[in-house]
Amino acid sequence: MSALVTDAVSWALLASGSLLVVVGALGLIRMPDFYTRMHAAGITDTLGADLILLGLMVQAGFSLVTVKLLLIAAFLFFTSPTSTHAIANAALTAGLKPRVAERSSAGKGSAAPEGGEP
Amino acid sequence: MSIEAIINIALFVFLGLTAFAILKLRALFAVVMLSAVFSLVSAALLVHLDAVDVAFTEAAVGAGISTVLMLATLALTSRHEKAPTRSQALPLIVVFLTGFALVYGTLDMPRFGDPQAPIQVHVAPKYIADTQSEIGIPNIVTAVLASYRGFDTLGEVTVIFTAGIGVLLLLAAFIREPEGLRVQTMDHHLVLRVVTKVLIGPILLFALYVQFHADYGPGGGFQAGIIFASAFIIYALVFGLENARKAVPGRAVRLLVACGVLLYGGVGFVSFLFGKNYLNYSVLGADQVAGQHLGILLVEFGVGLTVAAVMVSTFYAFAGQNPPIGDEDW
Amino acid sequence: MFTATMAALLAAMILALGRLYLGPTLYDRVLSANSFGTKTVLLIGVMGFLTGRPDFLDISLLYALINFIGTIAVLKFFRYRTLGDRVGPSGDRQ
Repeated sequence: MSALVTDAVSWALLASGSLLVVVGALGLIRMPDFYTRMHAAGITDTLGADLILLGLMVQAGFSLVTVKLLLIAAFLFFTSPTSTHAIANAALTAGLKPRVAERSSAGKGSAAPEGGEP
Repeated sequence: MSIEAIINIALFVFLGLTAFAILKLRALFAVVMLSAVFSLVSAALLVHLDAVDVAFTEAAVGAGISTVLMLATLALTSRHEKAPTRSQALPLIVVFLTGFALVYGTLDMPRFGDPQAPIQVHVAPKYIADTQSEIGIPNIVTAVLASYRGFDTLGEVTVIFTAGIGVLLLLAAFIREPEGLRVQTMDHHLVLRVVTKVLIGPILLFALYVQFHADYGPGGGFQAGIIFASAFIIYALVFGLENARKAVPGRAVRLLVACGVLLYGGVGFVSFLFGKNYLNYSVLGADQVAGQHLGILLVEFGVGLTVAAVMVSTFYAFAGQNPPIGDEDW
Repeated sequence: MFTATMAALLAAMILALGRLYLGPTLYDRVLSANSFGTKTVLLIGVMGFLTGRPDFLDISLLYALINFIGTIAVLKFFRYRTLGDRVGPSGDRQ
């Protein structure tokens, strides 16, 4: 019985984590602008990764493996948002402007994207 | 097709795609990032092949330190690769011929993964059978690296030492003392400073764990040295090179570069004093197994010391140079 | 279940590689390289469970660290054009 509960819980965690990771990667490709892509990748990477690691932890039970997974999860929890913040900060101070739609009198205006140097 | 085969094929496809992208892109900065990704995929492949120690070193060196050092080099040169001006047909032919000759030369060797190859029949079973009784540690890779093939590892650590002092000799001529005020470049990044400050301690602890845990899991001197160096490098990146130089002075680092090799060679020499062969660890302890344990511990520590010191001093040498190209030329 | 997670991770890695190649600005490339690194950490972890040998997690931990350090190095480099300290005429901040 307990094995069934463990399996069910870890299935749920792994599935939701993988879903977030795939959605994030899809957003990385599909989103129109750098800042929107950053939302997709940065946010879902942290949560998706932590959910997958949590699912693996449930699967491993109480052992050294769980402690190591906990360390990795804690590490990712702190450094992934910091990296995202650092990237956004660097992009903004370098002059990369977010893409905003201009409203003209004729209705939907055109966006004016600006890019930094590759 | 099993999931293992799918993972294998997928990782090789990634390698191919990344290599192709590295060749096609002219923006050198993107090429540096792609090389990091290439090393990363290689590390994943090596994990898949069960070669854990090698994967560890590849992830640490190829994806970590190499990227940082290549970026430091990129600061001193131009941003884009120049397009080739001459025809590339002749180099392509030469490469093909050389590759063909190399492949032809390997046709005599046993097939890849052949269970009847001499190494699988004679060498590997001996190591697997004898390690527990002669050396007594679970990690056979460390036993082979540090004890059975100890001379080879001495050669490797000497190579790292020589490369390090070579780099320092070449670059020392270009490290100028700055005339103006040295400013720290990242002091308005509060989040980064706090997170880095919190993380440096655990990183150093992890390095020590990897160093001394080589007997029981993947690890060893090379990997631990890299992790040690990266803790100091991230300190230098976020808090400024000047502060890092105050914490770990250049002279101390250069001293440590030599100390590691000295330790390794010294252990061998001590075996001489006991009347045995060079690098025979059995005499260092009360019995053979204890002696081997102590010997492996000391030589791995020597390796870790040299690797860490060489990486830190190379970073100091690269990052300490003032970029000769102004911002407009970028 | 590990198979499904592995498949999802491989798909996500291909997408991240796509953005690494395409990304018009360099920040896209940094972002996708960082993301690829995180996914590799997860890949090695799940691979360990898939093969029944979860002792490889040290490599995941190492790579999570290296990913962070690499990203910070790249950003500092691109913002300040140097990995060391910026030298200015006495008294002024850059």
